[in-house]
Amino acid sequence: MTTRAFQKIYTKIDNITKATVTLRATGVGNDELATVGGKLAQVVKLNGENVTLQVFQGTEGIATNSEVIFHGEPPKLKVSDALAGRFFNAYGEPIEGGEQIEGEARVIGGPTVNPFRRIQPSELIATGIAGIDLNNTIVSGQKIPFFADPDQPYNAVMANVALRAKADKIILGGMGMTNDDFLYFKQVFENAGALDRIVSFVNTTENPPVERLLVPDMALTAAEYFAVDKGEKVLVLLTDMTLYSDALAIVSNRMDQIPSKDSMPGSLYSDLAKIYEKAVQLPNGGSITIIAVTTLSGGDITHAVPDNTGYITEGQLFLRNDTDTGKVIIDPFRSLSRLKQLVIGKKTREDHPQVMNACVRLYADAANAKTKLENGFDLSDYDERALKFAHDYSEKLLSIDVNIEITQMLDIAWTLFGKYFTPAEVAIKQELIEKYWKN
Amino acid sequence: MKTTGRVSGIISNIVIVKADGAVGQNEICHVWCGETRMMAEVIKVVGDDAYVQVFDSTRGLKIGDKVEFEGHMLEATLAPGILSRNYDGLQNDLEKMNGLFIERGSITDPIDFERKWEFKPLAKVGDKVSAGAWLGEVQEQWVSHKIMVPFVMTENYTVKSIVAAGEYKVTEVVAVVTDAEGKDHEITMVQKWPVKQAIRAYAAKPRPSRVMETGIRSIDTFNPIADGGTGFIPGPFGAGKTVLQHALSKQAEADIIIMVACGERANEVVEIFAEFPELEDPRTGHKLMERTTIICNTSNMPVAAREASVYTGMTIAEYYRAMGLKVLLLADSTSRWAQALREMSNRLEELPGQDAFPMDLSAIISNFYSRAGLVELNNGATGSVTFIGTVSPAGGNLKEPVTESTKKAARCFYALSQGRADSKRYPAIDPLDSYSKYLEYPEVSDYLDERIGKGWVEKVYKGKTLVQRGKEASEQINILGDDGVPVEYHERFWKSELIDFVILQQDAFDSIDANCPIERQKYMYEKVLSVCEHDFDFVDFDECSSYFKQLINLFRQMNYSIYKSEQYYAYDKKVDEWLATKIK
Repeated sequence: MTTRAFQKIYTKIDNITKATVTLRATGVGNDELATVGGKLAQVVKLNGENVTLQVFQGTEGIATNSEVIFHGEPPKLKVSDALAGRFFNAYGEPIEGGEQIEGEARVIGGPTVNPFRRIQPSELIATGIAGIDLNNTIVSGQKIPFFADPDQPYNAVMANVALRAKADKIILGGMGMTNDDFLYFKQVFENAGALDRIVSFVNTTENPPVERLLVPDMALTAAEYFAVDKGEKVLVLLTDMTLYSDALAIVSNRMDQIPSKDSMPGSLYSDLAKIYEKAVQLPNGGSITIIAVTTLSGGDITHAVPDNTGYITEGQLFLRNDTDTGKVIIDPFRSLSRLKQLVIGKKTREDHPQVMNACVRLYADAANAKTKLENGFDLSDYDERALKFAHDYSEKLLSIDVNIEITQMLDIAWTLFGKYFTPAEVAIKQELIEKYWKN
Repeated sequence: MKTTGRVSGIISNIVIVKADGAVGQNEICHVWCGETRMMAEVIKVVGDDAYVQVFDSTRGLKIGDKVEFEGHMLEATLAPGILSRNYDGLQNDLEKMNGLFIERGSITDPIDFERKWEFKPLAKVGDKVSAGAWLGEVQEQWVSHKIMVPFVMTENYTVKSIVAAGEYKVTEVVAVVTDAEGKDHEITMVQKWPVKQAIRAYAAKPRPSRVMETGIRSIDTFNPIADGGTGFIPGPFGAGKTVLQHALSKQAEADIIIMVACGERANEVVEIFAEFPELEDPRTGHKLMERTTIICNTSNMPVAAREASVYTGMTIAEYYRAMGLKVLLLADSTSRWAQALREMSNRLEELPGQDAFPMDLSAIISNFYSRAGLVELNNGATGSVTFIGTVSPAGGNLKEPVTESTKKAARCFYALSQGRADSKRYPAIDPLDSYSKYLEYPEVSDYLDERIGKGWVEKVYKGKTLVQRGKEASEQINILGDDGVPVEYHERFWKSELIDFVILQQDAFDSIDANCPIERQKYMYEKVLSVCEHDFDFVDFDECSSYFKQLINLFRQMNYSIYKSEQYYAYDKKVDEWLATKIK
């Protein structure tokens, strides 16, 4: 679509709601952008001559005679290598000064990669955190969220993961982020000397919530530029997807749609899938890996947002405060990486899958023992040993402050097995026991 | 002349079209957006206004844009050359599409119209035939693909002529048949069928009586699915639905597998694309891909085509059933399909039912499941469509509308439990909540007596009771403490753990354990059951638990060993020796 030489200006708005305006206009395309009284808006509904526009910043101050100018095209982002190292708002405009980016303007939220052209992900992303690398290994091209309560240090963990992951580019999509968190990310990346690898699209709590809806598409359009055009390994960080979903609910509510579970729109699954499915391993070697944050309320994962997310993403990582060791750990029971099977025991040592499972099983035995203890029952000798194992396992492997190689993690696990259990109790394939068992 | 129309309203992918002529419900039309032609389906008509759901993004579409109605419903193209293909929900061949991205309005042929097939006639001039009758056959992969009288020809015909054996394209006439009024009809190797209607060109639909073996112990041994049966797998995310479906697609003893990836992750489909051309079907020695067709509408592909994808899959399955083949249709996940229905219903501003799903959800689901089944064809041969769908219940709550509706329609219920998944007891099929109605069929019971051994079903129920009693014992132990209950309680609990660890749990990622043939299942199950029938002599619960742990460990080593190998027998012997030390 080309921009017209002169644009028709409308000055008669028929209806104004909190988030939308309706007016009569012709020749307007679905999803097209417009400016309403100086504010950016997007076409969301067409009915004969009536055009309904969603105004991102809200309609405060818009009058029935405000100027409406249609842009003739959907939202776009200018892409080029100049994106690297820059900070943008939800519309893709540079913030904190600096010049506009020169580059090709691309429509955001573009088409889907043909599943047949995708490559099976097979490259391990090492983070040094055993709760991830050992139990829930992440693979490039994967999409995985942290499920965390708002008080947990998810942004810090995510920043850590991003920096250790050895990606060519890190793209931060911040939605409803507090300014403090934004500055934190900036500082961490700056301290690590990584700013030239980072592109940020940020909607802070100071900006209108509906603007957030553009952030993931902006971030992923930039990601596709680097991954598809440049063949780079791109890591996209999206925080916080719950706040993104809240914005979806606001819009759907104002459009009089019937809400489904938890007041979320019925299309929540598709809306979230459209974003997460941009994660891909490409035939040219480039990849997009998405690590997101979904905040929970009171740890409830049956809420529509974490629930739908869980069905879309390839696993989830749970943070938990472990009262025994006083550390934040990656919960081995509820966390899962669906793609780990593609690399563990293949790209890592052969004993990885069985060691991982045995650890979790023994940790579960410890949890049972703990319940027994809490209920005032005597513990068996096995229970006692399981509890001691759990303490060490939590401290030496699950804790998020661990930073070691995967082989080291496996060796630590074998040491713990040997210290607390007999081979029969660990129940691993005999040939592996013979090779790795430590007394 | 075709009816045409103009776009008069747009709400997301629902478009209101002012039509200039007759429009049918579910009729297909094409919406032009600039130079792009997008497919759409009529879902509601009000006066001159047709409400159509567009199978693509409506971005940039304008009021007044042109629409052409096609005069037919959504159809599948049925012909040799469907196997091994990867389709989208509308039967476009994904492999033939150019470029990395799927551009709007991409259309590719579902089969290769240029290819020549070696046709062998089966019917003779003068034969009386009707819809679905076999006129000839071609060799498609290793399957004998029957060329049939098209299903849309509903009368009785006489074969007037049939071509000699030789090479023909699918579009060439291979036979001419005459109807009662003396009118001739030319028949080619390709036919079309509206996907939302069941193909009924068969003589009878008896109750299923055989079992479809899957190599998965907790299904075959505990809750077998009938050949021509229906089942569903509900489970919260992370409970292993997809791994289970993949295992079924690799191991089930079916002639044809149709996999519908409906609104799920693209990487899961990529796994099939990557693995199936490499993996061998253990029973035939052919590559798995040769018997498989994938229909793939992943979660980021157009929502409206999601609904179409399950129907396209079912229609292809019914087509191969009419050739006398055993077809297994897998759909992952039917909840996504239900959600697509919900999104449409919502945009049409229909009054919602429970959880905002459309009111007729239950009817739609049972209608779909009823298309599966064993059939006797008019020529006496039998064919079957076995259907297993997964359900992704919101919040893992099995009381939600999709699970409830499916429960009424499907005969096997494989409930995946969060608790089992959390403790990594895979497959997480809950042994107590799950059921197979087929175990109650006398004909299935007779079949199992014959196939596995006399009184098999009784043994299955015995195992289920042991698991139930073990669970009760474990609850008692949890309430009263290890010391608070007699040692027999611990023994009961550990016997159920033995069944759980050795029979119910299976390592889908271990090359040996992943696929357990029925003979091996019988051996292991009977051995485990015989252990459970013994009384043991334990001093205290500590001794009991460590004894059983070792026993389980030895049994598991058996599961990891090649069947009837030296290693297998060595562990078998060790099990017996270990048993001898404690049996009363």
